[in-house]
Amino acid sequence: MLPETTIAELREIASRYPEARSGLLPMLHLVQSVEGRVTPEGIEACAEVLGISAAEVSGVATFYTMYKRRPVGEHLVGVCTTTLCAVMGGDAIFERLSEHLGVGNDETTADGRVTLERIECNAACDYAPVMTVNWEFVDQQTPESAVELVDDLRAGRERHSTRGPRLGTWKETERVLAGFPDGRADEGPAAGAPSLAGLTIARERGWTAPPSPDGPAALGPSSAAGQPETALAAAEEADTARAESETLQEETDE
Amino acid sequence: MSDATPTDVGTAGPLTPVLTDTWDAERSWTLAAYERKGGYRALDVALGMAPDDVIAAVKDSGLRGRGGAGFPTGMKWSFIPQDNPKPKYLVVNADESEPGTCKDIPLMMASPHTLVEGVVIASYAIRAHRAFIYVRGEVVHVIRRVQAAVAEAYAAGHLGSDIHGSGYDLEVVVHAGAGAYICGEETALLEGLEGRRGQPRLRPPFPAVAGLYASPTVINNVESIASVPAIIGRGAAWFSSLGTEKSKGFGIFSLSGHVERPGAYEAPLGITLRELIDLAGGVRAGHGLKFWTPGGSSTPILTAEHLDVPLDFEGVGAAGSMLGTRALQVFDETVSVVRCVLRWTEFYKHESCGKCTPCREGTWWLVQILTRLDRGQGQPGDVEQLLDLCDNILGRSFCALGDGATSPITSAIRYFREEFEAGMHTASTELFPPAASTAFAPVGAGAGAGR
Repeated sequence: MLPETTIAELREIASRYPEARSGLLPMLHLVQSVEGRVTPEGIEACAEVLGISAAEVSGVATFYTMYKRRPVGEHLVGVCTTTLCAVMGGDAIFERLSEHLGVGNDETTADGRVTLERIECNAACDYAPVMTVNWEFVDQQTPESAVELVDDLRAGRERHSTRGPRLGTWKETERVLAGFPDGRADEGPAAGAPSLAGLTIARERGWTAPPSPDGPAALGPSSAAGQPETALAAAEEADTARAESETLQEETDE
Repeated sequence: MSDATPTDVGTAGPLTPVLTDTWDAERSWTLAAYERKGGYRALDVALGMAPDDVIAAVKDSGLRGRGGAGFPTGMKWSFIPQDNPKPKYLVVNADESEPGTCKDIPLMMASPHTLVEGVVIASYAIRAHRAFIYVRGEVVHVIRRVQAAVAEAYAAGHLGSDIHGSGYDLEVVVHAGAGAYICGEETALLEGLEGRRGQPRLRPPFPAVAGLYASPTVINNVESIASVPAIIGRGAAWFSSLGTEKSKGFGIFSLSGHVERPGAYEAPLGITLRELIDLAGGVRAGHGLKFWTPGGSSTPILTAEHLDVPLDFEGVGAAGSMLGTRALQVFDETVSVVRCVLRWTEFYKHESCGKCTPCREGTWWLVQILTRLDRGQGQPGDVEQLLDLCDNILGRSFCALGDGATSPITSAIRYFREEFEAGMHTASTELFPPAASTAFAPVGAGAGAGR
């Protein structure tokens, strides 16, 4: 059985939405923050709160990669091995860590401290090769720095995300994902150097966006020159066949 | 930021910081820092306009969706049937997952209020009183910053009831995803937001008519929504004065891989990769460009012959690819194209939601063949088999994931067929030792190898 406080929080999550079931993804994050994985008890609790079957909850829990069926270690250590990061060194980092920790993908060290995982592109390619600890960014890693990182985590030494706060535990992260802030939004920088690369050059050279010619919300008829007049024309210029078929339908509906 | 009259007018250069302009401010993610830069003034302007005029302004600006497809944002808003009695919803697609793309995540980390201000203006325009920001779950610090920005905006009266005394009400929920690339597809995202498996929906009906909870819904990318305050604050004409004839405005270009200074470069649409690589200090010292993606892994790769292609929707389209999300991944001559294509294909195989047979089974078969080619154990006819499989996947599934999976394969075979043929007898690691490609390789290592 989940603690009463957790059941109350599950209900609280469901109440954020016009339809309660919308809360299911954050609810499963909350289950993980308490149970260390998605347990059968957690599935039952979600199903009961939402008034749906356990099978329906289970179907959702098995679809999304972040939900774990087996216990996760204190820290979930991810190494990005999608193409760009893999080429830039992610493969070498994963190999070294796997050897160093004696575990493979999605396995946990015997001391229960670290679960190692290959992760997919995490939208930080300009910081490659990228790692994550409990879904906090640890950017621009090498095999050596990665070994040092996991050694520190296993020894309980304090470490910080390169673009975020002091590293906590995976369970703590899961609670934030459930929508219960931990008050640490102000830790860490606004951006790392790569995010500021273009801005830094613009500042050095005095480049800015051009000033506004005629102030706020100018609605000049000429400003639309070159714009498609109809949805069909817009769809033809859009990049995907999907946009096109969608618009064809819209036009037909009109 | 939405400051209408910049006090410090510099010169117009190839880079035009607008969205990124606040990122170097002290504690730029806070409301105080955003307001110091003129934040939430555009909201006042918008609330003084009729909602239809806000839509017209965004239409006139020429803003096209920044999530990849490039559909005109204002036109998308105008599809919402205002005579439909159901509630209207705005959903922000912050599920940035297209391999190579890294613009929305840094934007939300450094300046979440730009997004929140855009959310209020867009919701007002389409007459929604509920908005959702669906952020991928794997970026907890970004979620913290967006949660905090929304809380600050409520406390300051930028969200909630009677916003800025206008009588307009809006509630915003920050929703964390749980790891599914497919949820970047807008109807799969809606499924996730309704607490279901993220599988795309059959259309029609379209989200504008029957989206979230079968109600009229606009789904926009983070960068599209974040561009709205500047358009309202500085004018549609100002926005459309930037960019090219049919690709107006500016955007964040994510430059990654083998360049000296990878990062975010905000420029008018139409800039070229040659210009961007120059600004980034050139290709990695001692090496040369081999191939690149213009808009993430789902857009066909290009080569050095395309360095001067204008990076706008039309220019990249004419070059046989797509602008996509402006995710420029640069690979030098140390890199095996077969290894890269295999890894991308493994990604699509893992992320295929399983709904449509061509995509689910096809990506599995593609991985089998590419794996043996990568190991130098390819069989005669494998290249033709790859092309045949791609032909059978393309255009035969609900959503664009399957189509995207074929892009790197067919384009790589077009430009580097001999490397795939070499996979009949020689492993990619032999032709292109991976150590030479890493960011921590000694300078000049492996230069010229393999070609």
